[in-house]
Amino acid sequence: MTGGAMGLWGLPLALAGGALRVSPPYLWVSLGECLTEKSGRINLGQEGTLVMGAMSGYAVSYLTGSPWLGVLAAGSVGVVFGALHGWLCSLPRVNDIAVGIALMLFGMGVAFFLGKPVIQPAAPQLPALDLGGWSELAPLRAALKVNLLLLVGVAAAFAMRFFFRRTRWGLVVRLVGEDADAARAMGYSVARVRLLATTAGGFFAGVGGSFLSLYYPGSWNERLSSGQGLMAVALVIFAKWDPVRCLWASLLFGGAGALGPALQSVGYTGGYNLFAAAPYILTLGIMTATSSAHRILTGQPAALTVAR
Amino acid sequence: MTAASREVQTANGRAGGASWAARSVVWADALAIPLLAIGVSFAIFGVFVALVGASVTDVYYQMYRGAFGTWFSLQNTLLRAAPLMLTALCTALPAHVGLVVIGGEGALLVGALASVVAAHALAPANPWVVLFAMGAFACAAGGAWIAVVGALRTLRGVNETISSLLLNYIAIGLFKHLVEGPMRDPASLNKPSTRPIGEANALGDIPGMDVHWGLVYGLVACGLSYLLMRFSSFGFAARMVGGNVRAALLSGLSVHRIIVVTCACAGAAAGLAGMAEVAAVHGTANASLIVGYGYTGVLVAFLARQHPLAIVPVAILLGGIGASGGLLQRADHLPDAAVDVFQGILFVVILASETLRGRMGTGIARRTPNRARVATAGEEVA
Repeated sequence: MTGGAMGLWGLPLALAGGALRVSPPYLWVSLGECLTEKSGRINLGQEGTLVMGAMSGYAVSYLTGSPWLGVLAAGSVGVVFGALHGWLCSLPRVNDIAVGIALMLFGMGVAFFLGKPVIQPAAPQLPALDLGGWSELAPLRAALKVNLLLLVGVAAAFAMRFFFRRTRWGLVVRLVGEDADAARAMGYSVARVRLLATTAGGFFAGVGGSFLSLYYPGSWNERLSSGQGLMAVALVIFAKWDPVRCLWASLLFGGAGALGPALQSVGYTGGYNLFAAAPYILTLGIMTATSSAHRILTGQPAALTVAR
Repeated sequence: MTAASREVQTANGRAGGASWAARSVVWADALAIPLLAIGVSFAIFGVFVALVGASVTDVYYQMYRGAFGTWFSLQNTLLRAAPLMLTALCTALPAHVGLVVIGGEGALLVGALASVVAAHALAPANPWVVLFAMGAFACAAGGAWIAVVGALRTLRGVNETISSLLLNYIAIGLFKHLVEGPMRDPASLNKPSTRPIGEANALGDIPGMDVHWGLVYGLVACGLSYLLMRFSSFGFAARMVGGNVRAALLSGLSVHRIIVVTCACAGAAAGLAGMAEVAAVHGTANASLIVGYGYTGVLVAFLARQHPLAIVPVAILLGGIGASGGLLQRADHLPDAAVDVFQGILFVVILASETLRGRMGTGIARRTPNRARVATAGEEVA
């Protein structure tokens, strides 16, 4: 794609197209993390789940020839990792943040170990949907090539908001995250609700990982994830624990991640490593701006504010 | 509830004239549980290795041989243990004020950059002056890097775990940008590096072995941290902040300052690790420094239960496991990530073993009032 022909429009278009390509992993992981955190736990292990999902999705796609089976396998691996986190944290006196760090390192270690044989071969990729077919402009068509997983993720964001606001089980999850004692008094098992929420959250993170290896960047290697699973945790805070806001935040983060490549596409190549760090700087800036030492944030589950 | 606050409570329990029986329970907990966890981790790793088709006994044997079996491998182990001791302090010290900081990787990198800057600025001076300046610059840079984490936490309420992790990624971006751009030595063709610090300024070996003085830095830093946290009034105040912030505020402690200073000390330790790696091993700053010493340091700190003196043996153990990676690759044809897998298993099992605390010494434990248990009973009924 050349920005020259588009003039000034080249850069924003490259950014928007990049955002649509880069954001789905953020979206999926942040939706999973949102669900987990609403139940009152933080799962930092999502990074490990993401990498495991990317590896297993790629391997299964390569072995079976069906990328969609790969997505399913990635989700299943995510379920296992989420359940592991949920179970470990339900043991008395086990810290969810620390277990998250441990599972992150564990997941990355296992993924690199088992993923060694599938670094070389090329696995079948997920197809792209051509939403820009009506346009004559090649850059616009390129920008509007999106993946079905993005659309499903968008639908999932709205569905999850509906789940939290309008369904009985959504209310139970929120209740457990707000006031464990009240939930217990109403007869719900806090540990079980959190286990289920973390497990389901792991599924989302696994699917997000499969997007990385099966669509964009679309290969498996050990530098595939650049901390998207962790940034998603910060992103949920930025999104004030609302699934639909997670969607907008993911697009913003995707845009920040696409900044370096977009500038390259219009001919500016300096400071590549600094632009690669842009999403992290953005995350840190946003967290600093939105956090507060004195008041509870809007939408924050009360269980997350208890001094641990 | 953090490990640090538990630490404080057990420490108080000991100081408060605990009986011999109670003390032995504390020791049984402190030694038996980690040893049990290490054993369980080896067993799980054995199953994992067997599943991928390697010989379990041979893998264990090679791990021993690569870590401690020969004088050569022992020295290799100590070389790896040196930076681990310092990066582990980067997690262990903030744990005393109740923070989970995992920014050792970033602090190590900015420390390495700062030491190179110092070396270039003072190049023709006496090597002792240059080395001192390198260490001071590295400590200042690493300290400032992690102090930011503490300040953001205490002033703005930003989650310190996430912010320190983000700072790791930012440090890597900055490091690569400077090493591949403005600070690059044009002579480094294949592997972008900064200009070398010069042979004269290299950090030498400890007499009698092929291990550089960075190991002594690590030992001294762990010892000083222990003295600081255990016997100084600052350490007492820090543990009080970690145990109960509200009580610390009520007794008039300047909590903000204590948290930021503790984090600065932690970052300084990790920065010093970067300086030692530059001055003793690489002679320049390049991507070889990004090998995960910061992350392994987090594991060391948790395995040592955030105790500065316990960090020393644990760092040697983990350094040994890291050192055996090459041998596992060659002898058993396992991928280099085998070590990562083992470390991940160990980390998960160690954290899960927390749940056994206070339940080990059966009879004695039940009769002894265990403050740690009372304190956690309220919040962990789930």
